[in-house]
Amino acid sequence: MSDAEKARDTATVRTSWLLSTPALVVLTFAASGPLLIMLVYSFLTKGQYGNVEWVFSTEGWRSILYSEDIFDPGVFVWADAHLTIFWRSVKLSLMTTVLTLAVGFPTAWFIATRPPKSRALWLFLITIPFWTNLLIRTVAIFEVIRNEGVINSLLMWTGIISAPIQITYTDTAVFIGMAYVYLPLMVLPLFAAIDRFDMRLIEAAYDLYASRLAVLRRVILPIVRPGIIAGSILVFVPSLGAVVTPRILGGGKNMMIGNFIELQFGQGRNWPLGAALSMSLLVIVTVALLVYVRAANRESPHG
Amino acid sequence: MAQTIAVEARNAVKEFGSGASAVRALDDVSISIREGEFFTLLGPSGCGKTTLLRLIAGFEMPSAGKILLNGQDITYLPPNRRPVNTVFQSYALFPHLTVAQNIGFGLEMQGRPASEVKATAARMLALVKMEAFANRKIGQLSGGQQQRVALARALAPAPKVLLLDEPLSALDLKLRKEMQIELKRLQLETGITFVFVTHDQEEALTMSDRVGVMSAGKLHQVGSPKDIYTRPVNRFVASFIGETNFLPASKVPGGVQLGCGAVVEVAGLTGTGTTTLTVRPEQVRLATQGEAGAIPATVRNLVYFGTDTHCYLSLSDGAEVIARLQSPSNGDVGLETGQTVALRLVQGAAQVLAD
Repeated sequence: MSDAEKARDTATVRTSWLLSTPALVVLTFAASGPLLIMLVYSFLTKGQYGNVEWVFSTEGWRSILYSEDIFDPGVFVWADAHLTIFWRSVKLSLMTTVLTLAVGFPTAWFIATRPPKSRALWLFLITIPFWTNLLIRTVAIFEVIRNEGVINSLLMWTGIISAPIQITYTDTAVFIGMAYVYLPLMVLPLFAAIDRFDMRLIEAAYDLYASRLAVLRRVILPIVRPGIIAGSILVFVPSLGAVVTPRILGGGKNMMIGNFIELQFGQGRNWPLGAALSMSLLVIVTVALLVYVRAANRESPHG
Repeated sequence: MAQTIAVEARNAVKEFGSGASAVRALDDVSISIREGEFFTLLGPSGCGKTTLLRLIAGFEMPSAGKILLNGQDITYLPPNRRPVNTVFQSYALFPHLTVAQNIGFGLEMQGRPASEVKATAARMLALVKMEAFANRKIGQLSGGQQQRVALARALAPAPKVLLLDEPLSALDLKLRKEMQIELKRLQLETGITFVFVTHDQEEALTMSDRVGVMSAGKLHQVGSPKDIYTRPVNRFVASFIGETNFLPASKVPGGVQLGCGAVVEVAGLTGTGTTTLTVRPEQVRLATQGEAGAIPATVRNLVYFGTDTHCYLSLSDGAEVIARLQSPSNGDVGLETGQTVALRLVQGAAQVLAD
């Protein structure tokens, strides 16, 4: 290689680095930076009024699983309250994902099969909730499901029930609320996938002796699978970290991980535990996604 | 050829929309397609040929009338319960499956054992000469290869009737010619009844045993390619297939009299009144002056096409006639624009049209 060529290559490399600087800066300060801070904090000692003391400690991580007996310092007991919260979060997020998929798929299908003109209107209607504050939407759902709310009033008025059904401050309330809030996140990627789907394939499969169920299972679902995966991730991840919805609809009682983490940085004044919990949540999400994407991308036994 | 009827449409009517805005895509069409024949539905786009095909496939139900398969009424049977398969214009191959899986799809859906599915798929791959592509995904194939896979997929379940909806229209000319021959071969080898839909008259003439010519939802004529070309029943059929001359005429005993006064003999003609005489350009010849039946004409234009020369003539009453004259070895037909010539119509070639 000649010197000129070498010089040119060096210049190219330098330019490339220079051009990617903004992206690198953003990645460092916006993504890796906060994560690193969290990681460091999780290994420090909690301060008396919040914050951290710069003394190494594994207390934060340990207290995820074990808590010190209040009356008997030095004795550690299994922190089942924490595990309950983790389990509830995962369970509710999974249920939310499944429900939004069940409701979102027909919705997305409906929109994708409308004529192009009205399709824009339907998509617009789907995105309207995004323009409204999450808090307001959650309060609206609260109004619908509370004891004196629309559903209970209607059911009592028609005489189906004699006493209101307690929905608010239960896991069901959180589940309903999250499904409502995250439904658009499922519908939009599903719509994108179904919109690309060639409807003539349905006729082809139907022509080749496939029943309606077989058309769905063997042709439609495998082809729109990327949309299902994307939608599920978009719903599952924020569900797992949800804060506002479980706080309002679940009361203080039915906490999810998000609330629990928030608590540690607030009234709990236990930043290392909060940081350790945040890191755990990150790990859970990452593992769940890896497992899910791998399972979803695995070739199905038939195709 | 066996004369058993494979598919039959009886007074099939199909209307889209309702009330005053209803569009009649198929207007009382009755047709019988024989077992083992290569039948072509020919017509311009929007003539209802694809609608008729979709009625046979089961994708649409007729507004009135019946569809029969081997004498059985299948009018309201869903597509997955009809032993009829379709080759789609867009091929509609499953992009998430391999070539072999696409071909095996129909058999698998019929619940055939895996070994049979595999064996039949292999046989079909060989039939369409695509053995080397069994494990490719559809996206990795060219248009012509996709065409072959679509054919194999539709043939694999051994349907009673194979429906082909303009399957060659997406291919380039050379490939189209190849596939025409290929289709004919497949039809002869499998013995399956083919119902082929096209707007390409050449395709219809070269491949078919019989052709049904359609326009505006009506079936005008059914017959062998030769029948359709040489004995068109009406102006539409005559003009849609090949080039032709139309000459206004009036019926006289033994034939018709043209506007210029010349009388052309037409056998079996009865009655009086005005009519239209049609004659193909290649059936118009030059005559020597004074020859019996010679019609005087003036040369308006000459266009050299290589094998033949198109000669645009006008008769004394202004009627225009195109004659397709075979080019002599030096390429010069020996005519000049403005020259007066005599022409004659080949005996029996001229037809009188009903309308």
